[in-house]
Amino acid sequence: MSYSVTESSSRQKWIAGTLVILYAVITLVPLGWIMITGFKTPPDSISYPPKVFFEPSVEGYVNLFTTRTRVSKETLESLPPPTNFAEEIVRNREMVIAGPSKFGQRFMNSVIIGFGSTFLSVFLGTLAAYAFSRFKIPLADDLLFFILSTRMMPPIAVAIPIFLMYRNLGLSDTHLGMILLYTAVNISLAVWLLKGFIDEIPREYEDAALIDGYTRFQAFYKVVLPQAATGIASTAIFCLIFSWNEYAFAVLLTSGTAQTAPPFIPTIIGVGGLDWPAVAAGATLFLIPVMIFTIMLRKHLLRGITFGAVRK
Amino acid sequence: MAQIIIKNLRKDFGDFTAVKESSFTIEDGEFFMLLGPSGCGKTTTLRMIAGLELPTSGEIYLDGEEISQRPPSQRDIAFVFQMFALYPHMNVRKNIQYPLVSQGMQRADIKAKVAEVSNILGITDILDRPTGGLSGGDRQRVALARAIVRDPKAFMMDEPLGALDAEFREHMSEELRVLHDRMKATTVYVTHDQLEAMQMGDKIVVMNNAVVEQFGEPQEIYDKPVTMFVADFIGSPSMNFLRFEGGVQKGDNSVTLSGVNLAVPKQLQDIQGDLVFGVRPEHISFTDDGTYRGLVLAVEYLGTTQIVTLDTPNGDLKARLNSSQVINVGDRVGLNFNPATITLFHEQSGRAIVSELNSGVLANG
Repeated sequence: MSYSVTESSSRQKWIAGTLVILYAVITLVPLGWIMITGFKTPPDSISYPPKVFFEPSVEGYVNLFTTRTRVSKETLESLPPPTNFAEEIVRNREMVIAGPSKFGQRFMNSVIIGFGSTFLSVFLGTLAAYAFSRFKIPLADDLLFFILSTRMMPPIAVAIPIFLMYRNLGLSDTHLGMILLYTAVNISLAVWLLKGFIDEIPREYEDAALIDGYTRFQAFYKVVLPQAATGIASTAIFCLIFSWNEYAFAVLLTSGTAQTAPPFIPTIIGVGGLDWPAVAAGATLFLIPVMIFTIMLRKHLLRGITFGAVRK
Repeated sequence: MAQIIIKNLRKDFGDFTAVKESSFTIEDGEFFMLLGPSGCGKTTTLRMIAGLELPTSGEIYLDGEEISQRPPSQRDIAFVFQMFALYPHMNVRKNIQYPLVSQGMQRADIKAKVAEVSNILGITDILDRPTGGLSGGDRQRVALARAIVRDPKAFMMDEPLGALDAEFREHMSEELRVLHDRMKATTVYVTHDQLEAMQMGDKIVVMNNAVVEQFGEPQEIYDKPVTMFVADFIGSPSMNFLRFEGGVQKGDNSVTLSGVNLAVPKQLQDIQGDLVFGVRPEHISFTDDGTYRGLVLAVEYLGTTQIVTLDTPNGDLKARLNSSQVINVGDRVGLNFNPATITLFHEQSGRAIVSELNSGVLANG
């Protein structure tokens, strides 16, 4: 490991620190605002001037996970006392809980499709990148360019053909269809990123493993894969972020069984007025899996994006 | 341990030929050097013996068995890489035992074997360290341990000292040689350093441009080079080439350079054209009455000897003389060449002309 030669002065450190904090504040304010809005009551969420201090409430979360019916005062009074806190909150608004909302199911769809396509992209990407990196493949450069060409226009530009194709193939609104679609978009990124990482791993390690009595495939998974862990982790994060956040295709191709969370969250707005706390609660919960995944792989990600910048 | 026979081995990478029909034999227990400039095909040859490349044509016999198309795992050959190639995600012990694990050896046997080998190489105390923080010499020892732990039929070494600093190289090359003498293992060693090859090798193959130029014992290669390339590549400073036009006939024992008759070993071949008079720097001495004369251009002091550069009628020349002799730049001196050591070359083909000195060597190859 080599380090920069000049030690930065305390003044420079101070300035750099201030800039980083400033940047962090600017980017985190909207996120923070979404998170606190999730704990406001609907009147608080639309009050003017905006409230920074308020009495926290879980009404947003209750509304997110339930569907509710408005009832008359008489009916409300004739009901037995509420059995849990959710029922109590809802009744204060002169409503009763009619049943669970579809958020949980949509969220699971996001998890299945997001992680499924990430796994598939990274799995196929690693194999392809290894082949491109290690074997003499005829027209390898052209093939790599061809793979990248899927990224040369916004994927949504081909939305109509995909929509028609999916309808004919029966892939519309299926988990498999969405996993395949996101994999197709992600795989070019995966192949290119991973090829860079695998190119950096000296071939001598595999040669050594071959000499030590292992097969080519054993050498690949026992020696190359552990070395490529950093690259695989950062590629996985990029793939997951894309497929997790994808909105346009999800709106177009899913409506029921395979609908993911992004197109679902805005539909909450329409239920009983502008329910911003419920939307904010949904957005907050939606952030959490990517956050956990990124934090888990953070060490690799940092090494990944600075890869090649420093000589080992 | 085993004898290795290479027969008409060839390797093409597309249009590029890395090794052209090469043949030589490595005897059981020999320390065998593959020497040549970078890109000459020596590493490709080594990799073909080990199975990391498959030859385009030709045969490789290990212990009498033809193995040229077998995967490396079925050859029982160990390899020491230039950059050592220690698995970075494993500690020293795991690196050393890795080849044994692949053979499915019992745990207790593995442990005993690793202990034995690490004892030989003096690395017992670093067995549980990660490979990352090791010094160059220790990495080298671990790489050697990984190679010898499975008692292979032969060792391949690809410039194993190339990654070490000069001071340590000397030490390590001695250690290697001692290790070899103790194990008596057939070893094929690739290097571009002619000094290393001369110091360590029992036999040397000199390669250039994908062909084997010469194959023999170090002294033979030094004294009786069969091509101008070998004469130039081996020795420092290399052999002097004095170019002249003329001819030799069977039975001649002198040639005429710029009107001066110079004695040479008895010639056994008739040849005409552009010829080259090859003489090693240490076979030149100065005499006041010599008729072949040169002008001293530079003197380089090297301790016990000095290198004197001279201008002669047939080109520049370097002589290695005892330091005690006083020589000044600008002196005109008479030159005396030790006749028994002279090799004549045919300039166009670059090959040595057959004489009594080298007839035996030329006959082999």
